[in-house]
Amino acid sequence: MADKKGWHDLMRGADLPPATSLEYKTGSWRSMRPVFDASNCIHCMICVAYCPDMAIPITKSEEGVVGKGGRLYKGAVRLETNFDYCKGCGICAQECPTKCITMIREEEAVEASTK
Amino acid sequence: MATLQEIVSKQVPLAPGHRMCSGCSIPVIVNTIIAASDKPVIIANATGCLEVASTIYPFTAWKVPWMHLTFENAAAVAAGIETAYKAFKKRGKMKDDVNIIAFGGDGGTYDIGFQALSGALERGHKFLYVVYDNEGYMNTGNQRSGATPFGADTTTVPAGTMSIGKTQWRKNIVEICAAHRIPYAAQATAHNTLDLFNKAKKAFAADGPSFIAALQPCTTNWKYDTALTMAYSKLAVETNFWPLYEVENGKVHINYKPKERKPIEEFLKGQGRFRHLFKPENRHVIEEMQKMIDEEWERLLKLEESQVQI
Repeated sequence: MADKKGWHDLMRGADLPPATSLEYKTGSWRSMRPVFDASNCIHCMICVAYCPDMAIPITKSEEGVVGKGGRLYKGAVRLETNFDYCKGCGICAQECPTKCITMIREEEAVEASTK
Repeated sequence: MATLQEIVSKQVPLAPGHRMCSGCSIPVIVNTIIAASDKPVIIANATGCLEVASTIYPFTAWKVPWMHLTFENAAAVAAGIETAYKAFKKRGKMKDDVNIIAFGGDGGTYDIGFQALSGALERGHKFLYVVYDNEGYMNTGNQRSGATPFGADTTTVPAGTMSIGKTQWRKNIVEICAAHRIPYAAQATAHNTLDLFNKAKKAFAADGPSFIAALQPCTTNWKYDTALTMAYSKLAVETNFWPLYEVENGKVHINYKPKERKPIEEFLKGQGRFRHLFKPENRHVIEEMQKMIDEEWERLLKLEESQVQI
């Protein structure tokens, strides 16, 4: 009779290291691109909290960054959108209280950058 | 009380590069819930949008321990993890406390995973069950579920000349769960980050099972513009279609009462799944829907006022 196997001998399921999806760039899905106007931003973090793709990086700023009305905003501040992952859904532009994000067609953005 | 700045400054459990639809609010719900945990988390995830889109082999978007399960057993496995964890702790093999969270869609919660959920709640395991409710089987292409609202057009109950879409009202999953005499059950939504965060905090602090149902507008199968996800989430609350409330030890507390309730048309408008209701012959469906929503709201107000145990 074959040796009885215990659960220790079972084959392990798929076992993945964390966050490998970072290698999969979903930015290519985008047809509209958010254009961020930092001079009008109040760093309220609404766009950051609402971004489904975690594509708006933030940083802690001690010295502060210049935002709306030339004011210095300290603490958590948002940076330029990460276009490697932004799918261009437009939630950030829709929900921004100061309307400092506008959506433009991706082709326009590409044309403007190659000129 | 946490501020939005504090919440977004926490490390997010999901990495970008996941393949949820453009404009999907599931990651927002997941990030907010997990941000509320002060302890390490273990996730049990039922089959559904979140599971298929976050882990397409060999990619995974998760930075926290996560387990893929079938539709029906997310709550059962979460209960198993909790029991194993308790045993390990008793033997001194583990020291730190953890929070165990089960995520399921509405199909995996209202319908297929319901008996496992009910069993786990009844046995009193200390874990949090979160349903991200997009009101249908959206990952497989909009089939009707127990959470689909009255009047919605789905592929299994299509609207047409002889049909208004789904003819039943959805299950009241929060009250069903609260009826298990669990310490905490709540209804939340994607757009109200602070409310969702506070509810998750309370759920983790509860001594026993807790349950959160979070409405998650689905751009693909509710059929609206991707930018409007949070706008529809907001409208669902302001029309009383999806009231924000919690049931703490059986007592109802309403978290947000709209100053002036918006008519339900404002929520239905622009959604492809409700487009047929705006035909003149279907006017009565909207009226009926409005009546049901108002009655539900009155009932909820009474429950809050009387503090009667659910």
